[in-house]
Amino acid sequence: MTLAKKRAITAYVFLALPLVFFIGVRFGPMLYMMGRSLTDWSLLRKSNQFLGLANFAAVLGDPVFGKAMANTARYALVGAPIVIALSLAVALLLNGIARGKGLFRLIYVLPYITPVVAVSWVWRWMYQSPPMGLINRLLGALGLPAHAFINNPKEALYSILGVGIWVEMGYCVTIFLAGIQTIPQDCIEAARIDGASESRVLRSIILPLLMPITFFLAIMEGIQFLRIFTPVYNMSSQAMGGPLDSTKSAALYIYQTAFTKFEMGRAASASLILFAVIMVVTLVQVRFFDKKTNY
Amino acid sequence: MKRFRGIGLVLIVLMVLAAQAATAEQVKITYWQYFYQTKVELMDKLIAQFEAKNPDIKVEQVTFPYESYNQKVAASIPAGEGPDVINLFGGWLPMYVKANYLQELPKAAFPASYFKSTYYPFVADSVQFGGKYYSAPTAVRTLALIWNKKLFKEAGLDPNVPPKTLDELVAFSKKLSKYDAQGNLVQAGLAMQPNGQGHSYIREVLFRQFGAAPYDATGRKVTYNNANGVAAVQWYMDRIMKDKVGYPNFSTDDVTAFKAQLAAMNIDGSFRIATLKAVKDLEWGAAELPTYKGVKSNFASFWTHGIVAGVTGKKLDASVKFLKFITSPEAMEQWLAAVGELPANPKIGEKHKDDPYVSIFLKGLPYAHATAYVDEAGQRTLFVNMIDEINLKGSKTADVVATTAAQEQKLIDDFWK
Repeated sequence: MTLAKKRAITAYVFLALPLVFFIGVRFGPMLYMMGRSLTDWSLLRKSNQFLGLANFAAVLGDPVFGKAMANTARYALVGAPIVIALSLAVALLLNGIARGKGLFRLIYVLPYITPVVAVSWVWRWMYQSPPMGLINRLLGALGLPAHAFINNPKEALYSILGVGIWVEMGYCVTIFLAGIQTIPQDCIEAARIDGASESRVLRSIILPLLMPITFFLAIMEGIQFLRIFTPVYNMSSQAMGGPLDSTKSAALYIYQTAFTKFEMGRAASASLILFAVIMVVTLVQVRFFDKKTNY
Repeated sequence: MKRFRGIGLVLIVLMVLAAQAATAEQVKITYWQYFYQTKVELMDKLIAQFEAKNPDIKVEQVTFPYESYNQKVAASIPAGEGPDVINLFGGWLPMYVKANYLQELPKAAFPASYFKSTYYPFVADSVQFGGKYYSAPTAVRTLALIWNKKLFKEAGLDPNVPPKTLDELVAFSKKLSKYDAQGNLVQAGLAMQPNGQGHSYIREVLFRQFGAAPYDATGRKVTYNNANGVAAVQWYMDRIMKDKVGYPNFSTDDVTAFKAQLAAMNIDGSFRIATLKAVKDLEWGAAELPTYKGVKSNFASFWTHGIVAGVTGKKLDASVKFLKFITSPEAMEQWLAAVGELPANPKIGEKHKDDPYVSIFLKGLPYAHATAYVDEAGQRTLFVNMIDEINLKGSKTADVVATTAAQEQKLIDDFWK
């Protein structure tokens, strides 16, 4: 056996272990779930029957699921672009300062490394109506009217989304900062010598070179917001995704179907629908950004 | 000497054999309940007492957090593992009985007459399905009006005189509400929390007081969608929208607001007695729920013990004995002392008619109603959304009550079909 072959075998052996793990805890259950989505499997029932596509019809015909999907779209379509734009701006600013860079970076990354449950509850209390909520106390001190925030169906989703954005920014800023540091300084210097303005440097050098990272973050954050669960679960009263289902995400809908109604078959079909949506969205993003990153 | 040695030997052999026989005869059963510190500790004590009386039976207690309790129970079914005796919320019984999770309690040990003679009337109705009895509770819970004596004094009210009628309740709650310069409520006169006890208060108290029984005698037909039902919901909404004495989720929820002395009155359950007694600097009283046009009503609920289907033979005998013991008068007494929940047997309750808190909650029991839920979480959500729909979206009360009734009827029909 040649050395190259031996090396290849070693590599395959090492790769096989995670593969077994992946098949066991990811693909296996996923295939099982696909099968179960076609049955009336309920945790409380001892036997179950084949239903065909009836679960999918029931889920798609459920107005609450429609609402949850619309909310999910809102989380992703509003959340992902904002978090990316804000993070990019913050990263560029952070890159420009000489002193206290480490401190600022730490401040931005802190929400991301804090458990989301704790973050959600602290924000939930800050959002409370007077006399308890910090934000409303501030508004009151400034003579402004109080806001219902998470108790108003029009404001609740965005109040929760704000927390999601605040948390995700820590991650995105870090990645952007790393990306900015990989941009060759000589390109920028050459441009400056040629008389390019700062905004021209940003538009023509920094932003295009950051495109692959922006692409990566757009996909990651898109997925992140499409499956948002923890902040919604912890910030809505009794984890119901209220008021009036206005904050319920698809992931929370699936959780409730599976673990409070015990309708596992129906929950499985709902998660397959969410899976399909995430896949399509990601594929579209890949196509869109693929053209942009070919420079 | 030799003879004595021989006898000694025979004795030892006999003892060893007897000990082996005893261990071989010992039956082990498992009891499940959710984790609630005082309940778990009390159950450990009761198990010790039971095992002392029944040396051939060994009981193991297993607990799970309340949040995931239902999930654990449900997940144990396909896994084929689980308890012999189980503690379930009364509102979940229809779901578990329909799934054949519980077995009918043996008629010899638990005849119908036993339920009639030992329990409050609503208990017998709620644990019986198609003429079969499936579970027996130790303790029950009712609602009462609780009030903060300090806040009463501040508002110039007699701290020892609670409102007795709904009209008085309205007048009192207006006097007890405080607002800041911008008109925001900063002290609720009356906490309004539909997803706490509020939905039960509307369902079993207000509806009945306004002359609209929530369900028919079979419990399968929704009957509150009429002028009286609408008037009951309107009464509740007027406190939130017209008088502005409280609103859902004020200071997180009603319990937090009352404990933080930000709500002067609340309608809460007897299970809160121990919690509220533990709050420092909180002077509070409990009163029977206010009446309306002389009509009294109350909502009762309970956790109850059943025997899981598939338990047979010696394990079943042991489970029956254990169930009898934990629902016995002595267990009820200990339960009241340790947990604060009311005895499910009126005769035991009678002994506590002088306790300032317990007696008040007990008074509600004879005229209390328990809801025959088919989907407790689902039915609660419908009522919570009903209030939000009117309060937050400004929809007309009559329209929302009609849609809520239709949705609840569908939930019940789907369950029984």
